Amino acid sequence: MKYAVRKLAMMLLTMLIVSFLAYLAFQIIPGDPTNKILGTEATEEQRQMLREQMGLNRPFLVRYGDWLIHFVQGDLGDSYSYSMPVGEMLAGKLPVTLLLALLAFLITTVVSIPLGIFSAGRGGWVDRVMTVLGQLTMAVPPFFIGIILTYCFGLVLQWFTPGQFVSFSQDPGACLTYLVFPAIAIALPRIAMTVKMLRSGILAELGKDYVRTAHSRGNDRSAILYRHVLRNALVPTVTFLAMTIADIVAGSVVIEQVFAIPGMGRLLFSSISNRDYPVVQAIIVLMAFWVVLVNFLADLINQRLDPRLRLQ
Amino acid sequence: MKKRTLALFLTLALVGSVLSGCGDGSGNQDVEGNHGYEERKAANEIVVGIAQDLEDSLDPHISASAGSREVLFNIYEGLVKPNSDGELICAVAQDHQISPDGRTYTFQLRPGVRFHNGQEVTAADVVYSIERCADASGGAPLVAAFSVIQEVKAVDESTVTITIAQPDLDFISYLTTAIVPEGYDQLATAPMGTGPFRYVSRSPQENIIIEKFDDYWGEGAKLDKVTYKIYEDSNALLMALKGGSIDLCAHLTDAQASQLDDQQFQILEGTMNLVQAVYLNNKAEPFDDMAVRQALCYAIDRQAIMDFVAGGRGTPVGSSMYPAFTKYFMPELADYYTYDPAKAKELLAEVGYPDGFDMTIMVASNNKPHVDTAEVVAQQLRAVGVNVTIQQVEWQTWYDEAYKGRNYQATIIGVDASNLTARAMLERFVSTDSSNFINYNNPEYDQLFQQAITTTDPEEQTALYKQMQTLLTETAANLYIQDLCDLVAMRQGLTGLVFYPTFVLDLSTIGWTA
Repeated sequence: MKYAVRKLAMMLLTMLIVSFLAYLAFQIIPGDPTNKILGTEATEEQRQMLREQMGLNRPFLVRYGDWLIHFVQGDLGDSYSYSMPVGEMLAGKLPVTLLLALLAFLITTVVSIPLGIFSAGRGGWVDRVMTVLGQLTMAVPPFFIGIILTYCFGLVLQWFTPGQFVSFSQDPGACLTYLVFPAIAIALPRIAMTVKMLRSGILAELGKDYVRTAHSRGNDRSAILYRHVLRNALVPTVTFLAMTIADIVAGSVVIEQVFAIPGMGRLLFSSISNRDYPVVQAIIVLMAFWVVLVNFLADLINQRLDPRLRLQ
Repeated sequence: MKKRTLALFLTLALVGSVLSGCGDGSGNQDVEGNHGYEERKAANEIVVGIAQDLEDSLDPHISASAGSREVLFNIYEGLVKPNSDGELICAVAQDHQISPDGRTYTFQLRPGVRFHNGQEVTAADVVYSIERCADASGGAPLVAAFSVIQEVKAVDESTVTITIAQPDLDFISYLTTAIVPEGYDQLATAPMGTGPFRYVSRSPQENIIIEKFDDYWGEGAKLDKVTYKIYEDSNALLMALKGGSIDLCAHLTDAQASQLDDQQFQILEGTMNLVQAVYLNNKAEPFDDMAVRQALCYAIDRQAIMDFVAGGRGTPVGSSMYPAFTKYFMPELADYYTYDPAKAKELLAEVGYPDGFDMTIMVASNNKPHVDTAEVVAQQLRAVGVNVTIQQVEWQTWYDEAYKGRNYQATIIGVDASNLTARAMLERFVSTDSSNFINYNNPEYDQLFQQAITTTDPEEQTALYKQMQTLLTETAANLYIQDLCDLVAMRQGLTGLVFYPTFVLDLSTIGWTA
C-alpha cells in the first residue's frame, strides 16, 4: 500500500516536471503561435492584439499556472491552429496511436520471446545467421523499413492501399490490415534487440551454479530452462520491453508520417512547428503518463517474477 | 525439433522476402495502383493530396497562408474574383461603376446568389463583410488596403456603394475579399460562402471534405465531392499517388513527378507564381555596397540552378515580378546581368574584395526547392571566391529572425503577391514599408511608388511600375533567380485543370471524362 502511494506520488511529480520543461522549452526557442495564424504579412499591431486575446502577453509562470489549473480540472483548452477543443481532437487521434502501439508491442513480444529462447539453445551456423540478421534489422531505421514494406506489400502485392487509412469504426478489418505493416516496421528492430537481450540473459544464467545443481538433482533440460533460468533471464527483458512500449509511442511520430496515419504523432509534429501550445502540452503529458505507467507495470511484473525485488 | 527448424525457416523467408523486395523492385513497372479509384469515378468524386494541413484559421478574412487560400478559393467569392487570365470578373456583384472622381464604387448584386445555408446574399451581408475587414478599432484593419475606405453603404436590397478617401486604381483588386453571411460567427471552424463548393467537415492532420453546392449561381462544379488528404511526408505522398489513393496533386518536385507512371498520371506544368531569389539584407555588410551586390549578380547561373532543382523547368526572372503578371513583367530584365564569373571576380576585386568574403545564407528547411537552390548558389559563389555557409533553420525561426527581425545576411525564399496587383509585389521595397525585409532604401524608388499609387492614368501607372522594377534590377537589390515551375499530377481520365496566375487550385472545372 505504502509502496503504491509512493509510486503514485512519483508518477504525478514526473508528469508535472515534464509538462513544466515542455512549457519552458517553448519559452526559449524562437517562434510564436501568432506567426502561423496571421501569416507573413500581418502587422505588429495585429500580432499584439491577437497575443493579448490569447493571453500570451502574461508572464510565463502565470501562463503555466493557468494552464495547469485548467488541465487538472479537465479543460485542455482550444487548439490555436484548429480552433477546436484539444480534448475533442485527441479523442479521435489517441485510439489510432494506441492501437498501433499495442499491435507493435504484441508483435514484438509474441515473436521475440520464443525466438530468444530458441536462439539461446543453438550454436553453430543457425546462431550465426540469427546474429547477422538481428544486427541487420537493428541497423535499419524503422522509417526505411516502412518505405520497403509499403513498396512490397502496398504497391507490388497490393495487400493494402498506401495512404488510404481506414478508421477502426469504419471497418475494423481493413483498419487492422493497414496498421499491421507500420506495426511490423516499428517492431522489427525491437524484436532484434529483445532477442539479443533474452538470448544473452539465458546463456548467462545457464552458466550459473544453481543450474548445475538442478542438473545433478536429475531435472531435465527443459524443466530447468522454463522453471528456473527463464524466470531469471526475463527480469531485464521485461524492463527492456517496458522501455520499448514507451519508445514505440514516441517512435510512432515518424512511422505515422511515413504511412500517413492520422494519429497523435503527426499531430504532435505539426503542433510543435506551429507552436500550438495547448495541443503540444496535452500530448506531452499523455506521453509522459504512458511512460510512467508502463514502467510501473513493469515493476509489478518483475516483482512477481523475482520475489527478491519485493523486499527492496 | 523439426518444428523449430520449420519456424526458423519461415521467419527467415519472411524477413528475406522483405529485404529482397527492394532490390529488384524498380523493374516492376506493370503495377496498377487502381484500387479505389474506379469507385471514386463512379461516385463522381476525387481525392486531392496536399502536403500541409490548413493550420491557420479557416476564417477567409484572417487566414493567411497560401495553402489555405488555395483551398478556400473553392468555397468563397468576393464581389469580384480573378479568372485564369489574371483579370477580375464579377462574382457576387453583377456589375459595377466607378464615379468620375474615382472615389465611389457602386456595385449591383447578382440576383439569386446564395450562401451555402440557402440564404440569398443581400446588400447587408456585403456591407457586413467589407466593414468587418475595414474595422480598425483593434489597431489595424484585417485587410490593410481597406484603411482608405470612408463609407460602405447599402443603397437598397441589391446595391452597395463604397467610398474611398482618394482615387486608387488598385482598389478594386482588394474586393476579391470573401463575402460572408452577416453576423455568422463560426467562420473559423465551419466556412460558409457562396462558392461552387461547400464545406462539409475536417479532421486535423487527416482530411478536409467539400462537396458540390447545388444552388451555385454560375456553371457549378463538375465533381460531386472532393476530399483533400494531408500527406506531410513526401515519401508517403508519393506512395499514395502510386498506390491509387490520390487523383490530383499540385506542387510536386521534378524528382517526384518523374517517378510516376504516365499510364496512371498526366503531368501538367504551370508556374508557382512567385519570385525566388537570394534576398540580400541591404543593410548588412558587405551587401550595403551596391557594387558588391552587382558583382554577385554576374556569379549566378540561373540555368544551372533550374537544371539542378527542377530538371531545367522554371522561368528566369530579373526583378520582383513574375511572368503571370503579363502587363508588368519585363523578360528582358532577366538578361541584364549575364553569367560571367570572371567579370564577377574582377568587380569584386575592384571594390576591395580580391579574395572574396564569407557569407551565410539562411534558408527554411521545410522547403526543398529553396534548400536545393541554396546548395547550387553556394557552389557558384564559391567559384568567385565567396565562401558561403548555408544555415538551415526551422520555418518559425526563419520567420522571426530573417523576415521579421531582419537579422540575416542573405536568404533564399519565394515571394508572391497576395492579390493581383503590381503593388503587392513592389510596395515591400519602399524604405518605410513594414514588409521591407531586405532593408532596401532608395529615395528614387520611394518617389516612383508614390507617383504610381496616386496617378489616375492606368498607362502611366504601368510605366511607373516598370521603372520601379528596372530600378530594382539596376541597383541589384537581390540576386533574382526564377519563378519556380509547378508540376501537377492528375489521374488519367480527369480533365479541366486550369492554371491561375495566383496560388489557387480551381476544382470546379475539373471532372472525369465519360
